[in-house]
Amino acid sequence: MTDSALRLPRRGSRKRKEGRSRWGENNLAGYLFISPWLIAFFAFAFIPMVLSFALAFTDYHILRGWNFIGLDNFQRMFYNDVRYWRSVSATVKYVVFAVPLRLVFALGVAMLLNTNRRGVAFYRAAFYAPSVVGASVAVAVMWREVFNREGLVNAILGQFGQPSIWWLGHPDYAIWTLILLAAWQFGSPMLIFLAGLKQIPEQLYESASIDGANGIQKFVRITLPLLTPVIFFNLIMQLIAGFMTFTQAFIITNGSGRPLDTTLFYALYVYKRGFETYEMGYASAMAWVMLAVIALLTAIVFRTSSHWVYYETDEGI
Amino acid sequence: MSSAENPVSRSLPYAGSARLSPPWYQRKAVRTVLYHVFVGLATLAMLYPLLWLFGSSLKGPSEIWTRQTALIPNEIHFDNYKNGWDGFGDISFATFYKNSFFYAGVGTLLTVSASAVVAYGFARIKFRGKRIWFGLMLLTLMLPIQVQIIPQYIMFNELGWINTFYPLLLPRLGGQAFFIFMIVQFIRGIPRELDEAALIDGCGQGGIFFRIILPQLKPVIITAAIFSFYWTWEDFLTPLLYLNSPKLYTISLALRTFSDPSGATNWGEVFAMSALSLVPVFLIFVFFQRYLVQGIATTGLKG
Repeated sequence: MTDSALRLPRRGSRKRKEGRSRWGENNLAGYLFISPWLIAFFAFAFIPMVLSFALAFTDYHILRGWNFIGLDNFQRMFYNDVRYWRSVSATVKYVVFAVPLRLVFALGVAMLLNTNRRGVAFYRAAFYAPSVVGASVAVAVMWREVFNREGLVNAILGQFGQPSIWWLGHPDYAIWTLILLAAWQFGSPMLIFLAGLKQIPEQLYESASIDGANGIQKFVRITLPLLTPVIFFNLIMQLIAGFMTFTQAFIITNGSGRPLDTTLFYALYVYKRGFETYEMGYASAMAWVMLAVIALLTAIVFRTSSHWVYYETDEGI
Repeated sequence: MSSAENPVSRSLPYAGSARLSPPWYQRKAVRTVLYHVFVGLATLAMLYPLLWLFGSSLKGPSEIWTRQTALIPNEIHFDNYKNGWDGFGDISFATFYKNSFFYAGVGTLLTVSASAVVAYGFARIKFRGKRIWFGLMLLTLMLPIQVQIIPQYIMFNELGWINTFYPLLLPRLGGQAFFIFMIVQFIRGIPRELDEAALIDGCGQGGIFFRIILPQLKPVIITAAIFSFYWTWEDFLTPLLYLNSPKLYTISLALRTFSDPSGATNWGEVFAMSALSLVPVFLIFVFFQRYLVQGIATTGLKG
């Protein structure tokens, strides 16, 4: 920032090109370069969002047109739609378990792989592999059949004499198959943790050892505090991703949210209202509540971050 | 570990020679072996479901639900791949692969080239309102697409573009916030001397971008292209919304129909086609792993 300010006079003394203003600004070139994003932003994000907000106050149906109905959609959502609350509770349960599990696995494995031993590159690739294919339909299909009644999990349990369980049909278990699937795909946060761990100076651990600190003390007093910015970043990204989970739930329950709506994730329910029964006004209202909740949660995490995120410099991440 | 354990090791039979060396479980060689046994087993557990998928794709109908835990079938059935390839409704997987390669190929090309252009604007040119636009772009990273897809669908429906690839490809003309941010970070790391010199020589911003910056962007462009290809290849929601005719199905949609529990009968074929759809992804992963790891570590992308 500052060094370009120092160069200003030199630039100003050049013969002024068209569109170049006095302060070294080049509005024409700047807007030309960002114009693809700018146009797409308005056409495919901003205007649709404004429309979506407006639709939230209508009963828009793609075949029947629309009427302005005020807050009726929100009234229906909060007071009259049992499935809405089931989908909220399924999503909350999923996020509350899947996100911490994923982060714990990610950090644990990252610490295991933070060594110079031979073969670490291979292990890192192997632990990351499930995440590379994680969002695909193929893996969701695989997971569904792993937890099938005759599937892999029941076959393994059978060898220990356990009776087979219908994992995907049982209201208590179905969501856990999805939580496990999420926990299995900890590759991205793992790599980010790994990069963070490499930043921690080795001398800190050495001097702690000299002072007689054991492994747990070193982890709690050195590793965790210095890693909080990375944990913070991973937490936000994973929270948002968790709330938007769609494909896996769609494939594993065949788009139904069964059993008893216990896997009816919020994104799935918005899809069903918007594109199966075409209640697009209602679906838009739900989408805006989702946006508000994600914004609120992100704001809370940011606000509280000053209490638990440790920055070595005051520059931030 | 601590001095409290030393008396124990001194009382062991071999204590005489081992007095100053650590106990057996702390020796370097032993710890290395233990490490590899433990991490190796964990790796195997991680990869087991994927290996199981590939194993099951070669199993015959008599084995598939009876020898579930086996990774290597007694009898290898390559015909699962041959028969599965025939697809459904007279449309073979050749069509689905063609559609997927088209969507992922063109989609990636558009996304990455637009992202590079936009990133240059944000990283190197001073213009009024830049900070606001850049901030807005970063905010879109957190936006749930649910607040956009319904009006988008209505819009594309009005234009008569359902069952075409336009709704899937047009939004990519503006690049993608993730990649724009990633490339901006990369360009900021490139020294300015060369562009300053070119500017003095009368080179315009376009010339600086194409002649000086773009050639240096190769690593970050490869990283962005890989991620973009992955996300497009695996994209499910957008094709689900806009491609209703089986002739236009991408692999994701085709697999969903092909594996429908109420219709599928030959699970060997389902597993074969599922496994096959992961092959391009794994091939890229094996050859370009370095770019992926760096890309995630430096910008914290989600995977």
